[in-house]
Amino acid sequence: METTREIVRLRVNGDLREAGIPPHFTLLETLRYGLGLTGSKQGCDKGDCGACTVIVDGQPTLACITPAWEAEGREVVTVEGLATPDGPHPLQDEFDLNGAAQCGFCTPGILCSAAALLERDPEPDREAIREALSGNLCRCTGYAKIYDAVEAAARRLQAQVGT
Amino acid sequence: MKSDKYLNDTRLIGKPQRKIEGLAKSTGRSVYTDDLTFPGMLHGKILRSPHAHARIVSIDTSRAAALEAVHGVITGGDMPVTDGIVPCTPDENPLCLDRVRYIGDGVAAVAAVDEDTALAALELIDVEYEELPAFFDPHDAADADGSTPYIHDPKKEGRNGNVTKVVHLEFGEVDEGLESADVVVEGDYFFEGTTHAPIEPHCAIGQWDGAGGLTVWSATQVPHYLHRELARVLGLEQARVRVLQPLVGGAFGGKSEPFDLEFCVAKLAMVTGRPVKILYTREEVFYAHRGRHPFHMRYRTGADRHGRLTSVDAKILLDGGAYASFGLVTTYYSGQLLCAPYAMPAYRFDSTRVYTNKPACGPKRGHGSVQPRFAFEVQIDKLAERVGLDPIEFRRRNFIGSNTRTVNELRVTSNGFLECLESVERASEWSRKFRQLPFGRGVGVAGSTYISGTNYPIYPNEMPQSAVQMQIDRSGRVAVFSGASEIGQGCDSVVAYIAAEELGVPLEWVRVLRGDTDFTPVDLGAYSSRVTFMLGNAAIDAATKLRKLVQKAVGQAWDVPPGEVLLAGGQALWAPDTSRQMPIAEAFNLAEAAFGTLGATGWYNTPKDVHGEYRGGTIGASPAYSFTAHVAEVEVDVETGVVEVQKIWVAHDCGRALNPVLVEGQMEGSAYMGFGEALMEEHVVKDADHGRAGLHNAPSLLDYRIPTSLDTPALESLIVESIDPEGPYGAKEAGEGPLHPSIPAIANAIHDAIGVRMDRLPFSAPHVWRAVEAAREAGSLSKPAAPSSAPARRARPAAAEAVSAD
Ligand code: FES
Ligand code: FES
Repeated sequence: METTREIVRLRVNGDLREAGIPPHFTLLETLRYGLGLTGSKQGCDKGDCGACTVIVDGQPTLACITPAWEAEGREVVTVEGLATPDGPHPLQDEFDLNGAAQCGFCTPGILCSAAALLERDPEPDREAIREALSGNLCRCTGYAKIYDAVEAAARRLQAQVGT
Repeated sequence: MKSDKYLNDTRLIGKPQRKIEGLAKSTGRSVYTDDLTFPGMLHGKILRSPHAHARIVSIDTSRAAALEAVHGVITGGDMPVTDGIVPCTPDENPLCLDRVRYIGDGVAAVAAVDEDTALAALELIDVEYEELPAFFDPHDAADADGSTPYIHDPKKEGRNGNVTKVVHLEFGEVDEGLESADVVVEGDYFFEGTTHAPIEPHCAIGQWDGAGGLTVWSATQVPHYLHRELARVLGLEQARVRVLQPLVGGAFGGKSEPFDLEFCVAKLAMVTGRPVKILYTREEVFYAHRGRHPFHMRYRTGADRHGRLTSVDAKILLDGGAYASFGLVTTYYSGQLLCAPYAMPAYRFDSTRVYTNKPACGPKRGHGSVQPRFAFEVQIDKLAERVGLDPIEFRRRNFIGSNTRTVNELRVTSNGFLECLESVERASEWSRKFRQLPFGRGVGVAGSTYISGTNYPIYPNEMPQSAVQMQIDRSGRVAVFSGASEIGQGCDSVVAYIAAEELGVPLEWVRVLRGDTDFTPVDLGAYSSRVTFMLGNAAIDAATKLRKLVQKAVGQAWDVPPGEVLLAGGQALWAPDTSRQMPIAEAFNLAEAAFGTLGATGWYNTPKDVHGEYRGGTIGASPAYSFTAHVAEVEVDVETGVVEVQKIWVAHDCGRALNPVLVEGQMEGSAYMGFGEALMEEHVVKDADHGRAGLHNAPSLLDYRIPTSLDTPALESLIVESIDPEGPYGAKEAGEGPLHPSIPAIANAIHDAIGVRMDRLPFSAPHVWRAVEAAREAGSLSKPAAPSSAPARRARPAAAEAVSAD
């Protein structure tokens, strides 16, 4: 018999959503398999790689070790929620322009960590970026292009604030 | 406007471009295998052996099959055909038949409505094993006398069944070369195994149409080989099997052969009539492995007093793990790929690969040649020191040159190695630092070469290695059907750049239809750094055929020779006067009116006269070779053994950078990966002294340490373009070559810093600390002496005579 399901209510990317999930489901499983938001990735399922990082109440959070219930009543933002109707988030555009996503599997998690960083520190230096991304493993890039992209996005966001 | 200027402005090739799937990746829209679900889809799980070596006495699946919501249970007997990526060394089964050979070997699989049920069902499968003595040390495996069962039955009576492959090749007068050398350096080296650790775990989905048609989606690098193996093992017609390859979340060689999950989802889908998905856990990814082989290496290298190599002698033992995988090729590569960028008059290697009861090893980025390159480049450093030469100068003197043959008769064409050396020398300020930084800090250099694709396919055939089909339509759109495997390296974008360049359309008008063996022509896969070179040439071939038709149609309309019609920047133009223009879509319409619906295939096959005429001479042959040089700068704490790599300068001859951003990305990613292997990574299986023998020491991304952003050093990429005569626009590979020198450059830098040689990997704190302590006792812990002669810049062969050896 299929595992018993219960309803969890989550605010994700601004929408209030309900999903029927087995009680042991993590936030990541709920997003991916309960709500069809497959942008967040599973690289390890045990809190080691950062591919599942989403933003919960402004904090980068490992969705694979967060029980779904813990996210109830909080604001969850995933990679799908970073863009606006006007276009991609500057981070997303700069990741493309700078070749910061090779296979792209770490990218959603890195973008969430980087977006949370730029929210709290709009002008991070390279050390701050390295520190903020230290929980997100990337196996493709050697991180160099990722730093370039985050710096470029920060500049763009600052320029927007300036205008 | 002058047409030259116009063409320069509108050219895509050689300039930074977006990747065609770049925004999809950064907005979460791109689809990987585990992102797919299908109505009624079941979840599969594989039961794995808890023993390193055992006979399967019996398997009883009845209790699992009886569990509610379980739809299918299979065992080895359901797929009894032996498989293996190299057709002449098949030695595994999708699920074990009567013997398990490592902890983690698959013995049964289930499909159930959800993962929880599938896991519960695994618990209900009863397997009775009879344990057998196991081999964990490759030396023991090599010395086995048959008193306990070999890991595989010997092919011939009386042979050691633990030996997968022996290669002995000799070129020139090796012993004479060593005897006549002024200096001979001997050294033993150990390269610990490492694994790929792509962030995406393996995943596959099978779907059966109930009438002979099978579809498999898989995170694979080799859809074509998977296609063939699925048909063969499952007894289906190849024409009824379809393999789809969603985007792949990293591979690095770790997804370049069929795995048990692909056969299991297919068979379970056939048994249950429903789609079945299996996603490996991270632990299963570590046990599936097929990563870099541990190598035990012994090198003897001779040079004359002017610093010219006289002879190289190598003996290598490869620890292969439980199955052959690509091992036959690995064993050849362990020797064959060493013969450039330095000329060596004589060379011998003696390589033996043995089975052990551990996860099977296979190809990892820089297949088979990263390990010997480490040892050899350290040997070179030692030789340079002995003859009193700056190690960059030593390498320069031995440069093999371009348009030549190596001692093992491989054809070398373009070769930008000297420029690579020069550019890292300059960028790193080498001459100011080498032997001159304070004790504890140092710089090291290393060079390497790598193939731009292997010249021969895995299964012998004369057909093209890569092909595309291209269509242009009335809207100006170009559709490219490409069978190449996008694993993050950018090959889908490369075909799009080429189509846009040749047909003069904006990049956004090119669509690449990919990853589907039903609809794309065959490309052999993303391995051996073959894709840009081969697919690129295939794309140029197809696009040129279409371009000629469009030029002809426009030429007719304008009444000018077709050769004067240019296609660029969204326009057809008349070269003598570019103000005469026509929108490209209109040009395509003219061509369609003149010649009918427009489509063309293009293909590439390798030149077949580029290797030596000896057994194994084709292995290592490539249409072109890339060249790389690195300088690493390190700081070593002699109290703790901690090595910090501050920076790696990476110069790579990629022939031509079709998109410099992607090339730099490959160079940085490679150097990073080499750095990780140098300092941190160890794919170790426990022996009896360290726990339960056969268990993986660190099957998680926490315990198997790969570099984080905080660990990774600064990387500076320096692109060198030698413009290869046969590469697409002159391009060669960039994805694997730039990994090789990281490791020996760091080893050589550690020596420059503290006078200690690190001949075994990794250079982790405990290993370095022990080496430091030994040096302290021996009184050799100090900055090594500077070369006796000032490094001669750009020495020509004649100048070398002036350098004395003492
Ligand atoms: S999937 Fe969450 S940290 Fe790896
Ligand atoms: S881009 Fe592949 S893991 Fe980061």
